[in-house]
Amino acid sequence: MSSDHNHDHGMYDADPLHHHPPQPDLEDTPLTHHQIMQIAVGELLIEKDIITADELRAQIDFQDSITPARGAQLVARAWSDDGFKARLVADSKAAGAEVGMDIGPVPILVMENTPSVHNLIVCTLCSCYPRFLLGIPPDWYKSRSYRRRAISEPRSVLAEFGTDLSDSVEIKVHDSTADMRYMVLPMRPTGTEGMSEEALAGLVTRDCMVGVTVPEGSGGA
Amino acid sequence: MSTRYEVGDTVRVRQAYPAGHCRTPYYCRGKSGVVVRYCGDYRNPEYLAYGTYDGPEEPLYRIQFKQTALWPNYSGGPQDKVEVEIYEHWLVPENS
Repeated sequence: MSSDHNHDHGMYDADPLHHHPPQPDLEDTPLTHHQIMQIAVGELLIEKDIITADELRAQIDFQDSITPARGAQLVARAWSDDGFKARLVADSKAAGAEVGMDIGPVPILVMENTPSVHNLIVCTLCSCYPRFLLGIPPDWYKSRSYRRRAISEPRSVLAEFGTDLSDSVEIKVHDSTADMRYMVLPMRPTGTEGMSEEALAGLVTRDCMVGVTVPEGSGGA
Repeated sequence: MSTRYEVGDTVRVRQAYPAGHCRTPYYCRGKSGVVVRYCGDYRNPEYLAYGTYDGPEEPLYRIQFKQTALWPNYSGGPQDKVEVEIYEHWLVPENS
């Protein structure tokens, strides 16, 4: 019991009229402008037979089903096969198709980290993100702080994520301002020789494909 | 569509402040950079944003800037870079 809440809620409450407010239901919070617009557009598209309710639901399900495991699968394969790595960097759409993965309608440029170059992804104007490979972006990626600081003081941002890079490493920040999306291809950690592709994929986190961290076990740069 | 710039060209982003939607960040306007990639032709978002979906396509480039050219107090070294997608009509040759 905290000092400002010094009573018991036993089976025989001395004051049965003493109530705590219930958790608010969803409907108790007013809808924002954009929530209303989203509902309205969805209803209109269905009403005008442009899409069906089932197609809308299926698309939402698909978007929700994408996790960073898709990106990790491509990274692990690139780590295991230099030819695939070259093709992934050159044309991620075609490389994805090779392994039966549709990476979607928007071009995704894969930026390879090397001992001398570290890549970092940001969208300063809004929150563009390689959703077809990494799923829904984390909240911090969409925050004004990250968008402002990743572009202008990337070394401080990286340090706050626990990523300390040598001064000699070139940091390249990719601002996703228009029609391209980006994913970082991290360096394969040392001490992972002989690991299977599946095991390697387990080392590849969302954050290292955004570029704020490097995979665990990596000797770093 | 033929492109006006090639990879390796030095270009400058127009220092312009038109009203309405555009995809050119303020921090690189008026700054010089180098073309590092031609991304293909895409419709101009300045028209798309207002419902013109059949406007002409325009070359889109990736322009690389030195961080030290963008931010006066940049804390890292001169090797650090920013790369931004810029549509052709926002670019002028460096010497113009």
